[in-house]
Amino acid sequence: MTRVPILRIRGHLLVPVQPDLEDRGAQDLQNDVLEAIARDRNRRGGLLLDISSLEFVDTYVARVLADTAAMAGLMGRTTVLCGMRPEVAATLVQMGYLLEDVPTALDVDDGLDLLGLPR
Amino acid sequence: MTRRWFRSPAPATGDRPDRPPDPHGRATVPITTEADVAVVRRRARELATELQFDTFSLAAITTAASELSRNVWRHGGGGYAVLERVRDGARVGVKLLFVDEGPGVRDLDRALQGGWSTGRSLGLGLSGSRRLVDEFEIETAPGKGTRVEIVKWLRVRR
Repeated sequence: MTRVPILRIRGHLLVPVQPDLEDRGAQDLQNDVLEAIARDRNRRGGLLLDISSLEFVDTYVARVLADTAAMAGLMGRTTVLCGMRPEVAATLVQMGYLLEDVPTALDVDDGLDLLGLPR
Repeated sequence: MTRRWFRSPAPATGDRPDRPPDPHGRATVPITTEADVAVVRRRARELATELQFDTFSLAAITTAASELSRNVWRHGGGGYAVLERVRDGARVGVKLLFVDEGPGVRDLDRALQGGWSTGRSLGLGLSGSRRLVDEFEIETAPGKGTRVEIVKWLRVRR
């Protein structure tokens, strides 16, 4: 059973990341996303991680997000991190964590533009 | 015992007070499970919200509380946090203390530089937390545990 909501939008997968992502939740997120990618018939779509509901992102949560994107990348999916709040962006940079390996977009709408239509 | 003090230039009304802190709002939270990390984080955020910190400072306090309580749980084998409000003349702030009796931080200089870690985190927990707050004090020794105290002052706009 899927514990993490995974939506399909314009040929891409959209995951609204829930707050309070702890060890257990992180594992669920990664497993569910990877299984959804494997099941998805639209092989050329991207993956949108919507983090607009996260009021903070510590290095642990940042690592989970970056790892998820890296795992999806190994399965041939491009990930876009969408909706980071201003205070979260400020906090991450102050801590010295720039999340440089993952493309970002202001919101899901911009993330969809970035991914374009599935080829 | 290695002991380090870090202080950003004090804004407005001078140095940290030596008198006992305001006892109101002081709370001790045990950290023995991962769920307790979330409790500390939530309590720290609630305390800072009561003091009307802005959203940027709230995120900084919540994040630092999360990093440091996670260190207590993951690296220190458990411990506790003490959350309280502090006052120094006209300004107010939050003071968070994190204590464990774990193995201690082996190479404090490297840990404070960041980008190095013994656990699963990024190694930015200590150095990152230090950059998010106004005052940061750490005491650690091999086998004697770790004690980290941070203070964030409420910026008063005039």
